[in-house]
Amino acid sequence: MNTTSILDIKNLHAGVAGKAILKGISLTIGPGEVHAVMGPNGSGKSTLAAVLAGREGYDITAGEARYLGQDLLELDPEERARAGLFLAFQYPVEIPGVNSTYFLKSALNEQRKHRGLPELDAIEFLKLVKEKIKLLDLNEDLLKRAVNVGFSGGEKKRNEIFQMAVLDPTLAVLDETDSGLDIDALRVVSEGVNKLKAPGKAQLVITHYQRLLNHIVPDYVHVLMEGRIVRSGGKELALELEERGYDWISRELQLAA
Amino acid sequence: MSAVAPATVRPVEPATEVDPWVQPFARLESGALFPQQPAWVFPLRKAGLARFAELGLPTLAHEDWRFTNVAPLKGLPFAPTLAAPTQRLADGELDARPFARLPGDRLVFLDGHFVPGLSRVGTASGGGVVTSLAAAFRTHAGLLERHLTRYAHGSANPFTALNDAYFTDGALIHVPAGRVIEHPVQLVFVASGEEEGRAQHVRNLILAEAGSQFTVVEHYLGRGTATTVTNAVTEVVAADQVVMDHLKFQDESRAAYHFAAVHADLGRASQVNLHSFALGSRVSRHNIHTALNGEGLECVLNGLYLTDGDQLADHYMVVEHAQPHTASHEYFNGILEGRSRGVFHGRILVRPGAQKTDAKQTNKNLLLSDDATVNTKPQLEIYADDVKCTHGATVGQLPPEQIFYLRSRGLPLETARRMLIHAFAGEIIDRVRCAPLREELDRLVWDRLEQDTQIQVGPHA
Ligand SMILES: Nc1ncnc2c1ncn2[C@@H]1O[C@H](COP(=O)(O)OP(=O)(O)O)[C@@H](O)[C@H]1O
Ligand SMILES: [Mg+2]
Repeated sequence: MNTTSILDIKNLHAGVAGKAILKGISLTIGPGEVHAVMGPNGSGKSTLAAVLAGREGYDITAGEARYLGQDLLELDPEERARAGLFLAFQYPVEIPGVNSTYFLKSALNEQRKHRGLPELDAIEFLKLVKEKIKLLDLNEDLLKRAVNVGFSGGEKKRNEIFQMAVLDPTLAVLDETDSGLDIDALRVVSEGVNKLKAPGKAQLVITHYQRLLNHIVPDYVHVLMEGRIVRSGGKELALELEERGYDWISRELQLAA
Repeated sequence: MSAVAPATVRPVEPATEVDPWVQPFARLESGALFPQQPAWVFPLRKAGLARFAELGLPTLAHEDWRFTNVAPLKGLPFAPTLAAPTQRLADGELDARPFARLPGDRLVFLDGHFVPGLSRVGTASGGGVVTSLAAAFRTHAGLLERHLTRYAHGSANPFTALNDAYFTDGALIHVPAGRVIEHPVQLVFVASGEEEGRAQHVRNLILAEAGSQFTVVEHYLGRGTATTVTNAVTEVVAADQVVMDHLKFQDESRAAYHFAAVHADLGRASQVNLHSFALGSRVSRHNIHTALNGEGLECVLNGLYLTDGDQLADHYMVVEHAQPHTASHEYFNGILEGRSRGVFHGRILVRPGAQKTDAKQTNKNLLLSDDATVNTKPQLEIYADDVKCTHGATVGQLPPEQIFYLRSRGLPLETARRMLIHAFAGEIIDRVRCAPLREELDRLVWDRLEQDTQIQVGPHA
């Protein structure tokens, strides 16, 4: 095992209620790297993200995932978050009655506490929020509302990246953050994500379309189809996919088979 | 009626069944118990008794009582607290109780009898009245004669009839036109709880003249462990443009049976919120009847019930849209644990001609244990054609996707659950307009949830 990697997935098999969805994923992400996972609808992209973040209800039938050298799959979702893993949801969840600011401050302080850092008080937190919210061009008033309640689709996605900016994760998994965004919002969100790039950190960008990768330029591109990574390459693979479509790979795979 | 009823068909003769509840009335016949009461009161009592005898104790066969079994009352003595209790409430006894620190008028009653020493009145002066009903029979007899029992009259609820017969005391609140009372007027009803079957019958009358604005809290609590009964009836008359919150906070002992009814007659362009917080009692039943009698009014029925163990909390609502352009919104949330049960019965009645009625009803329930149950029953009767009526009910656990979202940001499972439960209760608490009252309720409800639920408190919380 590569001890310097951030994420190391080996032969991961996962499914739901007897249905296999991920059928042997292997993927290694090193510090400073941006990886893209591309694939058609239903290929298992969100399942991969959910399994990494620790959502309940999936059976891991084989394989392993190590994060910063620890067994990721052993950890509760909150332990993963505190260890610096962040999932930007494809469908951010509305939580009526829970104030956005209160929620995010509690989350941040929970994480800080577990890292031996002092908790931020209200003033320090507000300062941080003001700084990060500019990054996403998000209306500050949204933070007075309940989490994601009354947010537009685009606001929800930007709010995910805003949370990422505040929580400052080591590994960010972005699940179709581009879907539902118009071109301007896409640019803002991508710039936000790019500013969060750092040498010791990594990003796993999940997308269906290549267009996001014009803004968030990956070091590696992986093509996920029917629960398997069928091809990996550099950023030019994304362009090729854009041009020739997923069918091209399907056909090649069928020919090879 | 046949004297020899076949036992299999009719297990109990109604005439004898109500006997235990009818007999104590003999003590009232002489007039010695309430010498101050005007002559017109006794016939009202007698009529109430007759009505109760006719209705009998409700059974599960009765549509309005399908889910709430009051049969255990038959195993209790019926001891209406007609005479003043021999016990006393100590001077500081209420200091640690909810709302004690809120300023404003407060009337305290023990077993349905006024306790002047713990009461304070003054802020509602300037033509207003906040007084015990017993005193008001001397000072405001005319007002009482015009209003008392007029709004609850004809109720099919046997407990309301029983209250007519046996009520001892309660409050008269009369707020003059245009008057704004800043602090909530508190009515505190303490059940001594020291004798099985003690039954307090309290009666309140709230008269809000046009444009007045105020809040009334009815707070029911118990201090003993005996199985006691509370039977409370409150009549509310809100004239045009009244802005009022009426809040019942029921936290009686876990052995208590609590029956209450609020009958509210609402005028044009009024904005009346009727809140019910049900935390205590073994069995509680709260009826809210609102008559929407003026155009442009908006009325909110808002309730929260927290139950665990073998508690049952029953809310029964009748919202009667009698005039065009009226709006009613019912929001009831329940948080249930243990083997407890919640009952929600919401009847919306739109009278002919009550066009542009806007009636909305939601009942949401959070079951925190597998054994808790909820019966929710909407009932719409609409006799006008241009109306908007919606209702919805949910029963479920905390949404797993919400829990996962919170945990995925680093919040422990316990904290995530607490946040969601708090939010669920908060939806209801937030509708209380008086800020200090709202804040206290938030604290009280939260303390109770932390006590009752299996949720572990995190090391830092
Ligand atoms: N909870 C679930 N129960 C049953 N099937 C699921 C569940 N989650 C995902 N699937 C199925 O697994 C496959 C992959 O889904 P998903 O990971 O959401 O794909 P993607 O994100 O690539 O569109 C789909 O066929 C989907 O229907
Ligand atoms: Mg997906």
